[in-house]
Amino acid sequence: MTVQNHRTHLAGLAFALLLTACGTGVKLDEGAPVEDRTGTAVTGVPSGQPSSGAEAGRTSPTPPSTSQGTQVAPVTVTPSPTEPASPVGANLVFFDYDSFVIKPEFQLVVDAHARYLRANPGKRAVVEGHTDERGGREYNVALGQKRAEAVQRALGILGVESARVEAISFGKEKPAQAGQDEAAHARNRRAVIVVR
Amino acid sequence: MDLSFQLQQSRFLLSRRHALAAMAAWPVVPALAQFRVEVTGVGLTQLPLAVAPLRGETAGLPSVSAIVAADLERSGQFRLADTAGAPPLDELSRPDLAAWRQRGADSLVTGSINRLADGRMDVRFRLWDLVRGQDLGGQSYAVDAGELRLVAHRVADFVYEKLTGERGVFSSRIAYVTRVGGRHTVWVADSDGESPRSALVSPEPIISPTWSPNGQSLAYVSFESRKPVVFIHDVATGRRRLLANFRGSNSAPAWAPNGATVALTLSRDGGSQLFLMDATGGEPRRLETSSSIDTEPCFSPDGRWVYFVSDRGGSPQIYRIAVRGGTAERVSFDGTYNISPALSPDGRFMAFVSRSAGAFRLQLMELSSGTVTALTDTQHDESPSFAPNSRLIMYATQVQGREALMTTTVDGRIKTRLAGQAGDIREPAWGPFPNA
Repeated sequence: MTVQNHRTHLAGLAFALLLTACGTGVKLDEGAPVEDRTGTAVTGVPSGQPSSGAEAGRTSPTPPSTSQGTQVAPVTVTPSPTEPASPVGANLVFFDYDSFVIKPEFQLVVDAHARYLRANPGKRAVVEGHTDERGGREYNVALGQKRAEAVQRALGILGVESARVEAISFGKEKPAQAGQDEAAHARNRRAVIVVR
Repeated sequence: MDLSFQLQQSRFLLSRRHALAAMAAWPVVPALAQFRVEVTGVGLTQLPLAVAPLRGETAGLPSVSAIVAADLERSGQFRLADTAGAPPLDELSRPDLAAWRQRGADSLVTGSINRLADGRMDVRFRLWDLVRGQDLGGQSYAVDAGELRLVAHRVADFVYEKLTGERGVFSSRIAYVTRVGGRHTVWVADSDGESPRSALVSPEPIISPTWSPNGQSLAYVSFESRKPVVFIHDVATGRRRLLANFRGSNSAPAWAPNGATVALTLSRDGGSQLFLMDATGGEPRRLETSSSIDTEPCFSPDGRWVYFVSDRGGSPQIYRIAVRGGTAERVSFDGTYNISPALSPDGRFMAFVSRSAGAFRLQLMELSSGTVTALTDTQHDESPSFAPNSRLIMYATQVQGREALMTTTVDGRIKTRLAGQAGDIREPAWGPFPNA
């Protein structure tokens, strides 16, 4: 049994255009698309040097895959050196839930770092803010930022100019302790003072 | 309806080529898409459709007919008729209309797959209106075996558009992030989560990937330099460019619809504040100055508004501000924690995440009326992202304690768990229509 000739014009010429990466789609009644390779093989990819920028030396794009349809050139980031421990000793400030207040027991940590930084004018510090795992990732970045800036301000009150202290946030992305209980949450709501 | 097809194991393998080699050694694989559809609610108006096995479909290659059926079912617009025991039909067969209608189908996809002399696969299909006995057209594709999945998605797009009058999204791409131990990977995959290709591997976290409007680049936040910085990453070439590496935290990138501007959150002047930047770089321009947390910007599809999250009222709520500046207007009113706004490309809806009684759930607001509907009953929903045709939302959640990516229809009735990777899977971002 044969198919009646279908005369309906293909509504979406767009469909044919969509096929650039995948061989060419052809209306059935126009016959087989045997050698039509229009639009395939757009893998003319440069050798993959990362563009300029501070991270340029740290990535290593590998050659692009041969897949024509949906090329994705994989990039690998090499690990950065791990941070040295603080020369001052304890460098963690823990926070209550939804709080940015430095509790008295952690004021000692801030004091010790302020003394060290005042005595070592060539040194700088980064304060990393962290949250527990509850809530959105980006909103937690902002909450962690608020914690880090609270410590930055506390160091400022003790005479460490804020230009020497960078406040940044990891949000909930780098928990110190796995787990969903309050003990884990409490360990993760923290700011870390890193001296460089 | 609750269908589970056989697990697709190729996702654990390194490359499509390896996957094909491995699958060739398998016994019969009736369906390759891992996929699970849950339907809740009644009164659905779905189009009854059958996708007959293509003549020549063999074990060892992705089953085009199964992928087409899975795509169309995931869209929520179709009810798939059982094809078990049906005779294989190709694009030249005239189907037995009465027999197929008895199976509950009003439309039918038939077709064939043949290996060409040069090794490529020739895929042909035809769509039938069984009620009118009418041929609705067909297409053919000659492709490498590795592209059969993409062909299947394009067949599904053809069928979807013919039968619903709207553009399908099945051949669009998604991005998402996995974490396995200390290894963080950005993947680019088909819209069903299959055929994942690694775009970036990093020892430090990566969050908030988002597609440029032309579908060529991802912007994301990487912690690889021990602080959050924003990259723009051309996925085809692997070229990366630091967009924002200012003092403090750099996060929450969002593309303007024109692709020329990126909104983002910077703390360089203290606090988390909204800025606009040219996508090519340069000096950030402040969108607003506040003493609150302002983050998670997202453009309206007309490019005139930036929706964002702010705690200026004491708890995180969604606001919007004109791109040219002005006074922010509050958009979300219910509850005390509303975050992660995503606007549908047609401008009708805003998806967001709301916390209620400790549960984080995906919500949908109809912007014209302000009516809010809860779309899920899960506990850990995150990161909603609309399909380019505004009909589906992809989001991250947890299922039985494991991270999962889901799609839901905008009425919340039809949900599908996407094929994924081992380990934690999160931060989905739905790309634009292909070749946009």
